[in-house]
Amino acid sequence: MSYPVEQNEKFTAYAHPERLVSTEWLAAAIEGGALGNGKLVVVESDEDVLLYETGHIPGAVKVDWHTDLNDEVTRDYVDGNAFAALAAAKGISRDTTVVIYGDKSNWWAAYALWVFTLFGHEDVRLLDGGRDKWIAEGRELTTDVPVPAAGDYPVVERDDAPIRAFKDDVLAHFGKPLIDVRSPEEYTGQRTHMPAYPEEGALRGGHIPTAASIPWARAAAEDGTYRTRPELEALYLGEAGLNEGDDVVAYCRIGERSSHTWFALKFLLGFETVRNYDGSWTEWGNAVRVPIVKGTERGSVPAAALSTGKHL
Amino acid sequence: MANLRKLEGMSTYALPTALAEIVDDFQALTEPDRLQLLLEFSRALPELPERLRDHPELLEQVVECQSPLFLTIEAEKDDDGSPAAFRLFFKAPPEAPTTRGFAGVLHEGLDGLTAQEILAVPDDMPELLGLTRAITPLRMRGMTAMLGRIKRKVAATARLQS
Repeated sequence: MSYPVEQNEKFTAYAHPERLVSTEWLAAAIEGGALGNGKLVVVESDEDVLLYETGHIPGAVKVDWHTDLNDEVTRDYVDGNAFAALAAAKGISRDTTVVIYGDKSNWWAAYALWVFTLFGHEDVRLLDGGRDKWIAEGRELTTDVPVPAAGDYPVVERDDAPIRAFKDDVLAHFGKPLIDVRSPEEYTGQRTHMPAYPEEGALRGGHIPTAASIPWARAAAEDGTYRTRPELEALYLGEAGLNEGDDVVAYCRIGERSSHTWFALKFLLGFETVRNYDGSWTEWGNAVRVPIVKGTERGSVPAAALSTGKHL
Repeated sequence: MANLRKLEGMSTYALPTALAEIVDDFQALTEPDRLQLLLEFSRALPELPERLRDHPELLEQVVECQSPLFLTIEAEKDDDGSPAAFRLFFKAPPEAPTTRGFAGVLHEGLDGLTAQEILAVPDDMPELLGLTRAITPLRMRGMTAMLGRIKRKVAATARLQS
């Protein structure tokens, strides 16, 4: 951890307070000249590919979740070479403290943070409240795009296994908790779309059997910050029924909203083993011969998974 | 090269003049400059007139867009009462510049045209802007959906009034 960690009452209650910074902290750090020497780099990552250009935190660089982090050909993330090139171009070295923020309560920022974590970047933090809170507080924005000095980033092989689940991993996971972070309408499969208004590319609506429905945004407060530890515990330990030490898989539609939940479970509540299933509903809802459940009930472990103990 | 020319020739022949000019402008630029141009279209999208601003129920949401986008059309009538020109109205928040940019392109390219002209626009027209790689196919889907919604609404209105 190369940059001092913020201390405040709210963060201290979390399992890994070093993973969040507040807007006050970041504003003071920028004011104090923290940017520009490669120790601290601020990254904006939004759903909207043009939002950064309309104005961003002074000194922040842009990383686009799709064009920068996704492989253009394979449905996968970029490889070690591409990530090293991207990081270096943004002025990020391996020991740089990276603070990521974005629109929509950091939904895409959390996704970018998750991808940085696939490459084992050690010190990567979220700006609690993200872009909206920064703007709501009337803090400075600029359209000036910084030209950072190139960082020194090694080619690191991505290590997916600890935090990323594939479809087969999910099939083998039955019996352990799953969290579905999509809207209730997506969870039940009742999301109606009018004829000729196809909405998203899934052939079936519903959820993965046994998954608890906790829409991602419930982990965020009105101002886009994460809810306090007691509130998160009520949500995930109470409502979802998770127990300390559980091995958890979270999913949504393509893995972005579930990154926000993954962050909460992993770093704020301290679950050791939490994986994001980025194939999510666009894979599961289209896959041949995987079980789904419709309606509000979580459903039970599919019989085929029980009898084989593993794969269907 | 010959193929490219042919493709370009084919691509704009059915487009109304204003829209063809926009497509040419985009195609003349490099990818980063195309994004900049889209940003300019997002800034140029006109505000809703007051009569619609206070009546959100008169607008329809295009759910395929990643950000909230609402639109409606109005038919202006000729002296004999037949629909002459269609006016387009869009609403999208400033924090959704890409969606606003698509709306801006469609507004400048299609506002004030006849049903026949609007319905002749190819459904895959958004692909011609050369933004698919930079914007990603996922995001382009929103613009295609917007165009589709406009065409369906124009077709329905024209049918009712003919």
